[in-house]
Amino acid sequence: VDMALSNVLELPASGFNFENSARNAVLEDVLGDGKTKTPKPMKTGTTIAGVVYKDGVVLGADTRATSSEVVADKMCAKIHYIAPNIYCCGAGTAADTEKTTDLLSSNLTIFSMNSSRNPRVIMAVSILQDMLFRYHGQIGAFLILGGVDFTGSHLYSVGPYGSVNEVPYLAMGSGDHAAMGILEDGFKPRLELDEAKTLVCSAIHAGIMSDLGSGSNVDLCVITRQGVDYIRPYQESEFKDQRQGRYKYKPGTTPILRENVEPVEVEVMQETVQKMDTA
Amino acid sequence: EHPKMSGSQVKGVSTGTTILAVKYRGGVIIGSDSRASIGGDYVVSKVVNKLIQVHDRIFCCIAGSLADAQAVTKMAKFQLSFLSIQMESPPLVKAAASVLKELCYRNKEELQAGFITAGWDKKKGPQVYTVSLGGMLVSQPFTIAGSGSTYIYGYVDAKYKPDMSREECMQFATNALALAMGRDNVSGGIIHLVVITEDKAEHVIVPGNKLPKFHDE
Repeated sequence: VDMALSNVLELPASGFNFENSARNAVLEDVLGDGKTKTPKPMKTGTTIAGVVYKDGVVLGADTRATSSEVVADKMCAKIHYIAPNIYCCGAGTAADTEKTTDLLSSNLTIFSMNSSRNPRVIMAVSILQDMLFRYHGQIGAFLILGGVDFTGSHLYSVGPYGSVNEVPYLAMGSGDHAAMGILEDGFKPRLELDEAKTLVCSAIHAGIMSDLGSGSNVDLCVITRQGVDYIRPYQESEFKDQRQGRYKYKPGTTPILRENVEPVEVEVMQETVQKMDTA
Repeated sequence: EHPKMSGSQVKGVSTGTTILAVKYRGGVIIGSDSRASIGGDYVVSKVVNKLIQVHDRIFCCIAGSLADAQAVTKMAKFQLSFLSIQMESPPLVKAAASVLKELCYRNKEELQAGFITAGWDKKKGPQVYTVSLGGMLVSQPFTIAGSGSTYIYGYVDAKYKPDMSREECMQFATNALALAMGRDNVSGGIIHLVVITEDKAEHVIVPGNKLPKFHDE
């Protein structure tokens, strides 16, 4: 009879385990009236936006990634490739948006190979919705999905809890209030390409100016039936500065006191040759 | 210890809402507002469609967490489509309501969504069912739900008549929704109505500027 010893370590079940989030919630309640808070994951303060225009979809994003008060990346790419006809802007936890869109893209590539078809935007949205709902909001991905398929041009917002909304224009991220104001004012159905690009760029620019978490340049991605135009950057930051000093050290800055060269002796123990069968 | 489950504590996008369904002579009208909000102070979308078609002549309207409601109706749509293939006939409205009820009741700890199911079937004609948050299923001649419904209980109780004509019923539903949207901050936007009869399901939209106005507007 096999009896498991009580002190044998139990292997964790595969997949995510959310026991601790329930525990954290209880602890926050119990400890000190909201004075003790659980540590928060790193987020990209962001402004992302999208607009459906006459011939397709224009997506836009800023390019700043922050680590608290420090700008960690001045040129990060927030518009992710999903399929040849579908791109996705991501706000929220940087790692989550990156991995979620990667997973989605891989799944859709396999589907395309199996069925010889470009995926429909609604398929991408459904897969995202199912996945994010399963994780109960623990995956902090606020996504704007845009694409063109044979049913037309589509723009969807996907929230971290799995809620989906199809809309003609949209902004998300910490700078969304500023961007939304511009979009509400400037949007008309069936815009021309240049009008749409200007509108999205202004919306992102408003986010960059009014939100501390957004900044640097504006990236745009134009998706049409004919193809994709990924413009990175579309508009550069007006506040680029000139570095006053250089960080490279001249060779010889550190004096070499002594040099000692020792060859490494290699002894050949065994040599085998296997012919490759090229018949 | 259960987390508190009050309507105002829905995590993520919530459809703080006004929804209703009313039986009339020959059919049923199901209606909703179109506002989705987060935390009671930011309108995420002004044009959300809360009337989801789960089968040819069966619609349901959603209240509560948008993510939960969309997940449940997706599952229900699949189950009903499968059921109609197995039974070789369209599902009964009661079956649709039951499917939603099972999902809500079995997962009541995790879900925060309520539904009104309405439709037409060959057995009983037009019907209206409510599935509440915890999974209670009740059949009524008409029903209202959502945060905005509290403001119109008096109106619907006073104005409802059984066996109304289609026009009377449309006016009743439109007025009720407009009154609720006028008083509830998390309900608003446009009015979506679907008129379901034996022949078809017709989607009617009343835009914001065509909403009925009342004495102080």
